[in-house]
Amino acid sequence: MKVLIIEDDTEAAAYLKKAMDEAGHTADVAHNGDDGYAMADTGTYDALVVDRMLPKRDGLSVISSLRAKGDMTPALVLSALGEVDDRVTGLRAGGDDYLTKPYAFSELLARLEVLLRRQNGVEHETRYQVGDLVLNRLSHEVQRSDQVIVLQPREYRLLEYLMRHSGQVVTRTMLLENVWDYHFDPQTNVIDVHISRLRSKIEKGFDKPLLHTIRGAGYMMRD
Amino acid sequence: MKRLLAVFNTTAARLSALYLVLFTACAVFLVFYMTGSAARFLVNETQNAVVDEVRDLGQVYRRAGLRVLVREIDRRSRRPGANLYIIADNTGRILSGNVIALEPGVLDKEGWTENPFVYARFGDDVDVIEDREKAPHALAQVIVVNNGMRILVGRDLGEPQRFREIVRQALITALGVMALGGFLIWFFVGRRALQRIDRVSEASARIVAGDLSGRLPVTGANDEFDRLSASLNTMIEKISKLNDGLRDVSDSIAHDLKTPLTRLRNRAEAALARDGDDVKYRTVLEDMIGEADQLIKVFNALLLISRVEAGFSKQKLDEVDLAAIAGEVCELYEPLVEDAGMALVNEVEGPLPIPGNRELIGQAVTNLIDNAIKYGAKAGGKIIISASVDKATNTVRLSVADQGAGVADEDKERVKGRFVRLDESRTKPGSGLGLSLVSAIMSLHGGSLDLKDGEPGLKVILSFPVARS
Repeated sequence: MKVLIIEDDTEAAAYLKKAMDEAGHTADVAHNGDDGYAMADTGTYDALVVDRMLPKRDGLSVISSLRAKGDMTPALVLSALGEVDDRVTGLRAGGDDYLTKPYAFSELLARLEVLLRRQNGVEHETRYQVGDLVLNRLSHEVQRSDQVIVLQPREYRLLEYLMRHSGQVVTRTMLLENVWDYHFDPQTNVIDVHISRLRSKIEKGFDKPLLHTIRGAGYMMRD
Repeated sequence: MKRLLAVFNTTAARLSALYLVLFTACAVFLVFYMTGSAARFLVNETQNAVVDEVRDLGQVYRRAGLRVLVREIDRRSRRPGANLYIIADNTGRILSGNVIALEPGVLDKEGWTENPFVYARFGDDVDVIEDREKAPHALAQVIVVNNGMRILVGRDLGEPQRFREIVRQALITALGVMALGGFLIWFFVGRRALQRIDRVSEASARIVAGDLSGRLPVTGANDEFDRLSASLNTMIEKISKLNDGLRDVSDSIAHDLKTPLTRLRNRAEAALARDGDDVKYRTVLEDMIGEADQLIKVFNALLLISRVEAGFSKQKLDEVDLAAIAGEVCELYEPLVEDAGMALVNEVEGPLPIPGNRELIGQAVTNLIDNAIKYGAKAGGKIIISASVDKATNTVRLSVADQGAGVADEDKERVKGRFVRLDESRTKPGSGLGLSLVSAIMSLHGGSLDLKDGEPGLKVILSFPVARS
């Protein structure tokens, strides 16, 4: 996949580009808002990583101009401003996700993958399946090998989010944001405990693990 | 000169100049109006007197004939302060009376003279009528008798003119005094204001130079300058306090972050010094990333505290349900608390609508539960979250109580500070920022954070005002 990085900090941009290349993507870099907008406007990118504060043209204005022209290329906003209000402004301007500096690269990559996959329409599927685990989004039923698994509402939402992004790394902050709708850093291993409960429900008595811990990054549902 | 200009350039000076102009304009209008109408009144009186005189003389003429009339006029004209009388023939030559010369053409027309005319009395200098400005003016009635003789009865206008003159003089003097007074007041008030402002400027210059202990002078007159100085002093006080706080924090940051950074560095050094395979290096690097993440978290917490303290989103307090937030956070933490061998009991019954920021309140409650797990830990113990509504003070209280060792009274205020960690907790992970953040969040909401004895344990109470203040 081809990513455009609009970031004025050359070192951070170079680091991002290198990391992208290593992760098997190609990345182009623009160092200011005007160039960034011109390059993004060619429409050849699968995703944009946009710093909020850019020379010549503000990152949010780049995104909102693209959106105004009907360009819906997913955009991840990077910002040194990280409070709730800033996040809301960023998302309102047309950003699809918001990440505060400093960020872990694994977090950025995980979020970018999720953004790219979002276009595949998994959002609208009524049934998710990973291996022999099936989640029915209409009846809210979860079964593994025809065995019904009873989940608490929050556990169901957690599993639903993980399965929607099966094959992708999902970080702890992503889970807190999307399942609990809180945007702060959990100070302790709160999410881990929820995951381990969920894991015991969907894996106990089955041989094959489906919910994997990715060290240093998060979790992944995978067959 | 420069100082004088500065005096003119004060608001007080400008205002007094404006008032002076307005007042002068009003006074001039008033005086003109009054002298005008008074003069008109006096002219009117003059005319009436002339009319009476003419009526008298007419009676004399009808009763006794022309000769007696002439004699009567002659007699009357000799009285001191007499009116003006002329008897002239049909060519306009003056035959008798107490006027020896007058503006030409006055005697040609019968009836009232249209305008005041100049004249010279018997005994005056005839040339006086050459100078219209200085010559006396009069109003008169001209009567043409049967044989073409003309009789003029008139009255001098000196009185109304003198009256107008006196009032004008008085006005000019008054205006002069007023202007002088205004200027003096303006000068002294302006100068005084300027001096006080200079004193304030000097004091602020000292403060700007870094002496935050300096204060602006307050004279005790309780005037607008004092009020301004007082509020500026309050501001300086606040700045000074923030400055001290900032210094404390940067000291603490330097001190408290040095330790983990040193540890990070030492670990890298030790790993390099040792021969190791990739797996070993990997483990060390992953640990180091973990530590770096912890450091970033501390910085984030610090940044969040300062932003909350700066009141960044005070205007963005929406109505939120405190009970719902408590429920969500409990739900999030319940598994963790259970794993720690305790129970999380949520006794909050809702809804409890308050103006607030859901994220921040959520974070605050999270921090309190975190603390309860870390420091209130006791196997089988309970963490109880409850709420109460105080109608009298319009406050909603949310409390988180544990059954741990509690906090000594003398430490209850201190633990709210940044990086403050009590001795018994130093061995446990943590940054000493949790309660500082809660405290900052509570002040953002206009509420308060109180630590009480939970008998046993610690009870932390968050008080939120229900109505927006």
